[in-house]
Amino acid sequence: MRATAAEETQSGTLVLLCLAAWAIPGAGHLWLGRRTKGLIFLVALPAMFAIGLALHGRLFPFDLSEPLVGLAALADVGMGIPYFIASSLGYGAGEVRAVTYEYGNAFLIVAGLLNMLVVIDAFDVAMGRK
Amino acid sequence: MQSHLALLATFAFFVSLVLAVIAKDDTRDQLRFGGLMFGGFLASALVLGWLMYPFPL
Repeated sequence: MRATAAEETQSGTLVLLCLAAWAIPGAGHLWLGRRTKGLIFLVALPAMFAIGLALHGRLFPFDLSEPLVGLAALADVGMGIPYFIASSLGYGAGEVRAVTYEYGNAFLIVAGLLNMLVVIDAFDVAMGRK
Repeated sequence: MQSHLALLATFAFFVSLVLAVIAKDDTRDQLRFGGLMFGGFLASALVLGWLMYPFPL
C-alpha cells in the first residue's frame, strides 16, 4: 500500500525533527512546544560535553579495527553540532596523562548517549506516545 | 577540579537531571525521581568504594 501525501509529509517532518533534536540538544522538544524540557536539555547536555572537554577527555576517532574506540566515537557523535564545533577547533585531543582523562571520557560519551535518548523521547512525543 | 567525589557528584547530577526530565512530565515527579537517582548514584559509589577498600591496587 502506497503512503499518502499527508503521511509522506508527516514522515518528512519527523525526520527533520529528529535531525534537529540530534544536531542541537533540546531542539526537538522546543520544536514540539515543550519549552522547559527543551531548555534543560539545551543547557545540561552541552554543559556536560564542555566539562568533558575541560577534563581532558578525548573525542575518539572512527577506528573500526578497535571496536570499543569505534563505539565511543559513535557515542561522541551523538552530541550533534557541539561535537563538530569542538573537533574543528581542535578540542578533544585527550590528555592520557591527566588525572581526569577517564572522567572526561565518561562525560563526553554519556553526554552523546543521553542526547540520543533525548532524540528518541522527542520522536515519541511527536508520535503522540507521551 | 580533581576531586573524585566532586566529579562523581557532578556527573551524577547531570545524568539524574536529564533522565528525570526524560522520564517524568510533572515537576514534582521529576524532582523526586531525580533526587532518588542522584542519591542512589552517590550511595552506591560510596558503598562500592568502601567494599573495594581492602583490595590492593
